[in-house]
Amino acid sequence: MERTEHNQNSEILEQQSGTRIFCYHCGDECPDDSIHINEKIFCCNGCKTVYEILHQHDLCNYYDIDNSPGITKKYDVKRNLDFLDDPDLKQKLIDFSDGKTSKVTLTIPQMHCSSCIWILENLYKLNDGIISSQVNFLQKKLFINYSEERTNLRQIVELLDSIGYEPLLNLEEKKEEKAKAENRNLYYKIGIAGFCFGNIMLLSFPEYLSIGTEELPEMKRIFAYINILLSLPVFFYSSTEYFSSAWKGLKKKIVNIDVPIALGILVLFLRSVIDILFLNGAGYLDSLSGLVFFLLIGKLFQNKTYETLNFERNYKSYFPISVTIRKENVETTIPVEKLEVGKRIIVRNNEIIPADSILIKGKANIDYSFVTGESKPITKFTGEMIYAGGRQVGEAIELETIKEVSQSYLTQLWNSKTFHKEEESKIVSLANSISKHFTFIVLLIAIAGTVYWLFSDVTLAFNAFTAVLIVACPCALALSTPFTLGNTLRIFGRNKFYLKNTNVIEQLASVDHIVFDKTGTITENNSAEVKFVGQLSQYEKSLIKSSVRNSSHPLSRSIYNFFDNTDLIPIELFNEISGEGIEAIINGHKIKIGSRYFASTSQMANDNGTRVYISIDNNDTGYFIISNKYRDGLKEIISRLEKEYELSLLSGDNDSEREKLRDFFADDKELHFKQSPHEKLDYINNLQKNGKKVLMIGDGLNDAGALKQSDVGISISDNINNFSPACDGILDANSFNKLADFIHFSRKSKKVIIASFVLSFIYNIIGLAFAVSGSLSPIVAAILMPISSISVVVFTTFSVNFIARKERFI
Amino acid sequence: MSVVFVLIGASLLVAVGFLAAYLWAVKSGQFDDKHTPSIRILFENNKKSQNEESKKPNTGNTQPNEKK
Repeated sequence: MERTEHNQNSEILEQQSGTRIFCYHCGDECPDDSIHINEKIFCCNGCKTVYEILHQHDLCNYYDIDNSPGITKKYDVKRNLDFLDDPDLKQKLIDFSDGKTSKVTLTIPQMHCSSCIWILENLYKLNDGIISSQVNFLQKKLFINYSEERTNLRQIVELLDSIGYEPLLNLEEKKEEKAKAENRNLYYKIGIAGFCFGNIMLLSFPEYLSIGTEELPEMKRIFAYINILLSLPVFFYSSTEYFSSAWKGLKKKIVNIDVPIALGILVLFLRSVIDILFLNGAGYLDSLSGLVFFLLIGKLFQNKTYETLNFERNYKSYFPISVTIRKENVETTIPVEKLEVGKRIIVRNNEIIPADSILIKGKANIDYSFVTGESKPITKFTGEMIYAGGRQVGEAIELETIKEVSQSYLTQLWNSKTFHKEEESKIVSLANSISKHFTFIVLLIAIAGTVYWLFSDVTLAFNAFTAVLIVACPCALALSTPFTLGNTLRIFGRNKFYLKNTNVIEQLASVDHIVFDKTGTITENNSAEVKFVGQLSQYEKSLIKSSVRNSSHPLSRSIYNFFDNTDLIPIELFNEISGEGIEAIINGHKIKIGSRYFASTSQMANDNGTRVYISIDNNDTGYFIISNKYRDGLKEIISRLEKEYELSLLSGDNDSEREKLRDFFADDKELHFKQSPHEKLDYINNLQKNGKKVLMIGDGLNDAGALKQSDVGISISDNINNFSPACDGILDANSFNKLADFIHFSRKSKKVIIASFVLSFIYNIIGLAFAVSGSLSPIVAAILMPISSISVVVFTTFSVNFIARKERFI
Repeated sequence: MSVVFVLIGASLLVAVGFLAAYLWAVKSGQFDDKHTPSIRILFENNKKSQNEESKKPNTGNTQPNEKK
């Protein structure tokens, strides 16, 4: 009887759903057209409200620039923004204020399309206190100028929250300003060097081609003087960083690549000035300015950074700025760094627990996905200890702190010395290690040449000495690294592997031990392996899918995604009980989905994986088994890497999955379970003490120490704009299966660099032949220098692209 | 032939003008964000397009569209 009713219902359903409906605001699928304004249909009331706000203010252009550009409000939770009224905290968030107008920079991760830019730059129409707002799309930043008299920071943040663009609020150190100034400096230097280079070249032409030198002998002189003038800014401004870098290196007794460059630049300049002023010569100023110009271009190419991504984050950028404390039944908000041991704190839905504490009141349901990578919340009861870093899901809870914020189980990781040592010390690039020998040999040749000529001709000896240093200036050598690695960095970026800088590629090429984290790294975060035990009709599937649609619990999301071709039915009643499950009434059927106690009457034995029980109209229908799903291609990657590298696995979980993991990892001894964040760090440290170069692949905050300690730390992320701990590179989870190829590619890039070194040495030998014989004329230098540089750049670019094509990266 | 010096002077002056323009452009932040302006330029003049929008009858748009 009941079956036939189901069938009828599903037939009706199929008729209705001939056309699928999508939300006008966010583009998500709608179950029906019940929420609508005129012909515009919305998936939820949140989306409808945003539309209404925008419509009211004549901002519907938003929907014309891109279709359905909105951010869904389905899982929206209102944030507690009380702390924005606190003057101290406000001061820290604001860039500048003169009492009347203030400037603030907000980070908005939700920005994704042109409509977003448009609406965010038209904020003044929604709040007349906002004077102007400007977006930097790649950095996902919004710069707001507002009047303190007509509005305040809290109102602005509330406005942004209400239309779905929730700004990230944390007190991350404002390092970016410095990086910006450095970047601008490079542009100034390139501009000036380019300007001088062009003009000096132009003024040197008569000399090259011997035009007019006979009719107008003073022309050559005057042109040469102008050249000296033009070369002054190149020498004293554009090239300064090579001198300072060389000096820094020498002070540490390191001969880096900048030493021969600085030497070359210095000699070029002095020799040219002496030539022009005293010897009636032409000098090599064209070579000098060209050299500096090309070197700076190389630097710009190497400096490619992913502005959107932040590789320096620590726990502070994700912990709250403020916390609500309760004292004698009065709730106050204090900055989180002032939180002491023994305070009663209130943590509301979706807020993060700032310090290790004991649960006093309420039911805790803690989501540790940022910390461990595990997305299923853990239920805790009164009296139990809760570690900092988890996110409460559900009702507000009351806790008593037992540790300070910086001394908690997780956060004390940042007190270890790994986080306080200087970054540069561990990087010895190929170019720098070669330059030591290179500089030595060049000086030897220069001195030998001088001594040889000294007996016959003193002027020639001086010429030969300076010429050797000029020719040996490793322009081509210095360019081959930035162009090869810069190009590799871009190719990686196109394949969704984002590196902090080009040094990482060289490091990656020399790695010999690879360490994996388990949860969230080699297992998938948002898609679990779902298996249903029992029988379901098409109609029952629709019932279940419709019920879980409104829940943001990760298990609900997994079940929702499990039913692919299933239609949605409007829900009559929906209730989510945190830690237990969900209840829904659809077409008069009562559906319960959740834990065994909640949804089932049966007694069944437990095995691996999480179970979700289903009951429809109080009948047990069956249960889902949801277990970790290993990433696609894991088996292949491991077996490929196993041939060349030592592999190990560090997991914070217990060893219940050891058997499964044996399928992937051949060496059982290298599987380590129940590792604390500190133990992970120490493990890496021990490997390094045994002379290993370690690549760590992790994701959550508990891997932060290991990622930092390792020679290369790569963090895996499903959404690269989301939080990821400090690391050297971020790998998009979709590109995980290319991991072995990336490592392989970095090694090939290193080979390209070596090949281009050989090429540039050949040029140097040719130049040296001219130089030691004392016959290096300005024109030979002016031809040899650019040709060697350009051919090296062309060679590296082509060979890297060729390899990338062969490896199917482009 | 000495006119060449005048010409060189003039050409350098022009070139310095361009250099100054470039330095000003860097200073005013035009090289800080090279992406957003390329999108911003495609927006129609706000006031005009909004008037048109409010005149238009409601055009229900229920097509599925992938977010970028």
